[in-house]
Amino acid sequence: MPEIIIPVSVRQKIRDFSLQGLMYLAVLLVSAVFVWLLADLVQGGMAHLSWTFLTESPRDAGRSGGIASILVSTLLILLIALIAAIPLAWATAVLLAEFVPIDSRFGRIVRFSLYVLAGVPSIVFGLFGNAFFSIYLGFGFSILSGGLTLACMLLPILTSTAEAGMRAVPDAYRLSAAALGMTRTAALIHLIFPAAAPALAAGLLIGIGRALAETAALLFTSGYVDRMPDSLLDSGRALALHIFDLSMNVPGGDMPAYAAALVLVSLLLGINSLAMMFAHGLQRRRILT
Amino acid sequence: MQADRLLVWVLRGGATLTALVMLLILVFLLFESWPALTGLSLIRFVTDAAWHPLEGAYHLMPMLLATLLASSGALMLAVPLGLASAVFIVFFASPRLAAVYKRLIELLAGIPSVVFGFWGLTTLAPLINEWHPPGASLLAAVLVLTLMVLPMITLTAYTAFVAVPDALLRNAAALGLSRWGMIVGVALPAARNGIIAGIILAAARALGETMAVLMVAGNVVQYPESIFDPVRTLAANIALEMAYAMDDHRAVLFVSGLLLMALVMVLSVLAGLFERHRHA
Repeated sequence: MPEIIIPVSVRQKIRDFSLQGLMYLAVLLVSAVFVWLLADLVQGGMAHLSWTFLTESPRDAGRSGGIASILVSTLLILLIALIAAIPLAWATAVLLAEFVPIDSRFGRIVRFSLYVLAGVPSIVFGLFGNAFFSIYLGFGFSILSGGLTLACMLLPILTSTAEAGMRAVPDAYRLSAAALGMTRTAALIHLIFPAAAPALAAGLLIGIGRALAETAALLFTSGYVDRMPDSLLDSGRALALHIFDLSMNVPGGDMPAYAAALVLVSLLLGINSLAMMFAHGLQRRRILT
Repeated sequence: MQADRLLVWVLRGGATLTALVMLLILVFLLFESWPALTGLSLIRFVTDAAWHPLEGAYHLMPMLLATLLASSGALMLAVPLGLASAVFIVFFASPRLAAVYKRLIELLAGIPSVVFGFWGLTTLAPLINEWHPPGASLLAAVLVLTLMVLPMITLTAYTAFVAVPDALLRNAAALGLSRWGMIVGVALPAARNGIIAGIILAAARALGETMAVLMVAGNVVQYPESIFDPVRTLAANIALEMAYAMDDHRAVLFVSGLLLMALVMVLSVLAGLFERHRHA
């Protein structure tokens, strides 16, 4: 029997054709799943979502009532995290971008430490927060413990976005400022910060998004209590944790969980879109992954 | 100048504190797991009969295996999908479509893990249950993790492809390579290190992921016999048992946290090395 010989060019055409088909299939699949997920959330959430859902506190373990106290706790945790993390992160970024040479030992150590910190799983932050803030420092299960734990998580992203933003400011600014006899402090406040503002804002928004999305780090730091918090030392349940609790531990909690998930996802999509607008033109990957 | 010197000292203080956070986390993890590291012999994590923490039996292997299986399964699905997505954005889509699809991937990256878990619990698990009960299973965990690491792989591969010098691609075209010949023969090898770094980071992310896996994996401590068996990962175990763990049990949970952290640290250092040699 004569062997059928397929010419190389035809074989390549077949390969190209099938690769291309597979690629389009993959792209379609990913888009379809994304749409499916969003449609599910919107469909499930809209049925239960209402104005009173946002303004009432949860009753009956969250089966009825709303998420008002949860939103307040979430906001407080977020504020603590930002107040603690921003000064540290931006101070580090200014130092790394403006004051130490890029390959200095100090800079390398700080960068490496942040790089590793960025990869630490959130459950490990939860363990650390529980051991350090809740028990060692004696804050207990509280909004303060949760916020400070989140602050540690936010340090890498806030620092790296701010550093990238400041590095993107052209050197001509610094040289002109020096030529005019401005101190570096004045140049920083009047030139570099305003010029890097969009990057700082983008980093801030991404940090807020991360903090809102976080669950595992808050499980044993800010706790489960769904009452309206009276002080920062009260336990308070974050929105993401509320979704988890409703869907896993509360039979019949699916409908409010859908609504809470829709609230959280809309918030995050809004925040992330805004961040991307600010980050437009900056190196996006550095900021987003 | 006086002001400048003051500023530098303040900044140095801030940066030192920032760098110390990492050390503090390591110290406290070690401190809390010390009773288990010294009091129990480590071999017991492998030789104990089962995971019955209240009776002092700490067999960690099924959970370690489940963690590795779930993560590698997710990578097996997410790497081809992510690479295809990146190739589509860089080499095939019109600029408009590329922007839309890239935005979609970025938004996918912003969806919180608890929402992926919730969706998996209410939508995926029941579907799998119809096919092959019980639904909450290794397979569900793999699928949810795939969705979570896919954006990371796509975006890093995208950046790596974009960084390939134009001259290389033009030369390939001038030599008469087809578009796929160019992608497979030139762009992929040139972007290899960046892509690998992204995949390693995605692996680290998958190993440490807690909530989504906790919600869909079924959480039975066992060696799975098929992908339809429920499993419990290390991270999910910590989240499940921390609330009531005491003494040795608590210390063992910290050991598993330390183990996860060590795995992730090794992976991120590895990824960093690949990234550094991107243009080698």
